[in-house]
Amino acid sequence: MNLLLLLFFPLVGALVTLLNSKFAKQSAFISSLVTLAFALLLLGDFVPDASSQFVVNYPWIPALGINFAVAIDGISMPLVLLTTGLFPLIILSSFGRSISQASFYALTLFMQFGLLLVFTATDAFLFYVGWEVALIPIYFICALWGGENRIKVNMKFFVYTIAGSLFMLLGIIYLHLQTADNSFSIASFYNLNLDATTQGWLFWCFFLAFAIKMPIFPFHTWQPDTYTEAPTTGTMLLSGIMLKMGIYGVIRWLIPVTPLGFLTWGHLALILSIIGIVYASIIAFTQKDVKRLIAYSSIGHVGLIAAGIFVWNIQGLQGAMIQMVNHGINVVGMFLIADILIDRLKTREIATMGGIAKVAPKFAIAFLIVVLGTVALPLTNGFIGEFLLLHGVYQFNIWYAAIAGLTIIFGAVYMLRMYKAVMQGETNERTASFKDINGSEFLVLAVVCLLIIVIGVYPQALLHISEASVENLMNQVNSKLAF
Amino acid sequence: MSTLIVISILAIVVLYLGLFKAKQALLPISVLGLVAALALAIMEWNSNAAPIFSGMMHFDNFAVAFSSICIITTILVFLLSKNYFEKISDNVAEYYTLILFALSGIIVMVSYHNLSMLFVGLEIMSVSLYILAGIKRKDFASNEAALKYFLMGAFSTGFLLFGIALIYGASKSFDLAVIAQYVIDRPTGIDPIFYVGLVLMIVGLCFKVGAAPFHFWTPDVYEGAPTLITAFMSTVVKIAGFAAFLRLFSICFAPLQDFWMPTLLVITILTLFVGNITALYQSNFKRMLAFSSISHAGYMLFAIVALGAASTNAIFMYAAAYAVSSITAFAVLMLVKAKTGGENFEDFNGLAKSNPFLAFTLTVAMLSFAGIPLTAGFIGKFFVFNAALTQYHTWLVAIAVVNAIIGVFYYFKVIVAMYFKDNQTKQIATPAYFNLVLGISLIITLVLGIYPGFITNLF
Repeated sequence: MNLLLLLFFPLVGALVTLLNSKFAKQSAFISSLVTLAFALLLLGDFVPDASSQFVVNYPWIPALGINFAVAIDGISMPLVLLTTGLFPLIILSSFGRSISQASFYALTLFMQFGLLLVFTATDAFLFYVGWEVALIPIYFICALWGGENRIKVNMKFFVYTIAGSLFMLLGIIYLHLQTADNSFSIASFYNLNLDATTQGWLFWCFFLAFAIKMPIFPFHTWQPDTYTEAPTTGTMLLSGIMLKMGIYGVIRWLIPVTPLGFLTWGHLALILSIIGIVYASIIAFTQKDVKRLIAYSSIGHVGLIAAGIFVWNIQGLQGAMIQMVNHGINVVGMFLIADILIDRLKTREIATMGGIAKVAPKFAIAFLIVVLGTVALPLTNGFIGEFLLLHGVYQFNIWYAAIAGLTIIFGAVYMLRMYKAVMQGETNERTASFKDINGSEFLVLAVVCLLIIVIGVYPQALLHISEASVENLMNQVNSKLAF
Repeated sequence: MSTLIVISILAIVVLYLGLFKAKQALLPISVLGLVAALALAIMEWNSNAAPIFSGMMHFDNFAVAFSSICIITTILVFLLSKNYFEKISDNVAEYYTLILFALSGIIVMVSYHNLSMLFVGLEIMSVSLYILAGIKRKDFASNEAALKYFLMGAFSTGFLLFGIALIYGASKSFDLAVIAQYVIDRPTGIDPIFYVGLVLMIVGLCFKVGAAPFHFWTPDVYEGAPTLITAFMSTVVKIAGFAAFLRLFSICFAPLQDFWMPTLLVITILTLFVGNITALYQSNFKRMLAFSSISHAGYMLFAIVALGAASTNAIFMYAAAYAVSSITAFAVLMLVKAKTGGENFEDFNGLAKSNPFLAFTLTVAMLSFAGIPLTAGFIGKFFVFNAALTQYHTWLVAIAVVNAIIGVFYYFKVIVAMYFKDNQTKQIATPAYFNLVLGISLIITLVLGIYPGFITNLF
């Protein structure tokens, strides 16, 4: 199985979809399934040790030492699976919505190409290209099919992210010029051993890009508006997969490339993450808009993942790895549920809903499972992730763990409160005729619920993939922090 | 060398064609002649030519590369001119002739090996342009543009000439090699008038390339001149200016970097900010392009500030990307203006629905201007940043990054107008020539963006 096939198939799919606009949604869906099949074939050949596998390396711009270099290791694999796994679900969830057009699917598949590049690139230039390639389509998706304020909101989103990434580009070029072998390869970047001051500002160059993408407090201000104004499919792409680019970037590039910068500034980053958890949860608590509530709760959950990384121990990092996948699954489920509510009720206000469980039992069950996964009930997927993350933070500082942990409980309160307000109580004239989920909606939610439970019961399958690579990375960085 | 002769003869032939009223033959003959000139230029690649005409000109790889890019861009401009000049003037042949004369001046400017040839080339080009800017004789704006351009141009030529004279006074030669040797022979104790001459030459050249604070003529001239002439000025002329600038500095003044670098650094930063921030406030697309061309001059100045082995490559790549994107932008502007009569951003509203191809090419051009990956503009910016960081100008690149972010705002204005705003405009009929030019520009932009190896390995 060749990795190039996995990377470039989405492009083929995008082209086919565009040329074949009559059957756009079918061809997009089939294309995403084929990509998923490729990813599963790769998983079959994958050996869960610390090595880079399926290595592909071609010269691209030899004058500057730029290579088209991609590979998969234990840290990339879960994200490749997440990306390829969520795309069929996201595409399926758009069926029957007004967004279901050939241009939309072509942009979506083009974005998949960029995302897969980011998660597999072992060359910094290629990583940057993928990073931006993923951004352009999502900008167009959100701005073409979004809500009323879409133009202004998306401009903010675009400028924020591009600002972060341009500073990262500056950092990448600087690092490239320091390498002895005139290269952009990640291995040369790892071996640089620059002095602490240089690593300090390089840390910020990269951190800015990743912090904006995730987003970490106080770089999050674009996020709630963008999530709310975007078409729900766009929100799923943004929150389910795109923000993982930022988290992945921290694990893969930020900390290993600038370990001494991390030593100086990592604590500040950790504190910002924890402030983000508290801040987002408090704001989420007061939200009356269902989409905004999910958006803020997502900031809180991502803050915890970031905190788990910045404490830099095995538990935290493994927790982050598995929670990235879990958050992707759960948030896609949550936003689909929000989309179903908004599509049927033509409102986003929680207060105007109620009693839906009576008229839509299937929907009620699915909603409940997704909520339970999000609030991390044992035997759902969220539990193991948050457990490991909090365990990691606890080892670092008990008070941080206490604050983060309490906030997670707080999160459970507002999630369940929302569920109660929307689903229970008496029906009103708006909700009385609520149609239960059917067809593609049912299929997507069924798969999401299945994944929530399966990963919750047997998380070892996922943890096993990343274990060796995470340990290896940890040792590699710690050896540099030692002297 | 033969390129220059072909272009000069071609210009005279075209003038005679005009005399005999052979209007239909003008475009084909001009384009074919330029293709021949291009082929002749490319044949001289790697020929290791020595300076010719007693060291007046030197057709080295640098000259070949920049001549080629200027000729290709001129061909694209010519292809857009079908039916355009007939509409605005009775004297069609003069257009072609003047542009060809300007181009011959440009060929001299990119291949000079003697300061007197720099001056001659610059003047051949400028005099042709003064006329071209004012060729709509009865149009007020066009007249204003021509007069402003002429006064400012004459003024700046004065600076340049004075600078050349002072350098001659110190080094006793116009020959680039001799001047370079003069500098190398005197690690200390260079005549002070040499420095004064150097500064005056910087001023003169910055006028020509439209760098701040010598940029004031640019917006008015660009706005007032006929759109196609503006396209020619902001691409070919600007590239030639930079080629001349770079050639002079890399051959002669490289050892004096400590002296001129701070001056040029200030000019670069000023150019970036002035161009970008003013462009941000424009509601007229053509004026926005004028100011954005100032900011692009700023990025290209980067490579001169960080003069080194990577500079030629960086400027060449940037210039190529900038030229094709500008041509696209001006071509779409001409079509839109012909339809709606306006040049403002609102006139582009709904273009994506009525003319998806036009909207797509313009979007790619704007993304290239903004420096988004997979377009040539990104590779250009990348090379320029790379060149600057090689010389450890980290702060300068940080400032450029801030400017690139500002740039996104105004380049996206037109994308927003085309895709996200509705307007009941009917489809604009695009002539086949326009589709050809837009197609070529699109392909060049994407090919250079995806596989820049074609031209990055040249130098």
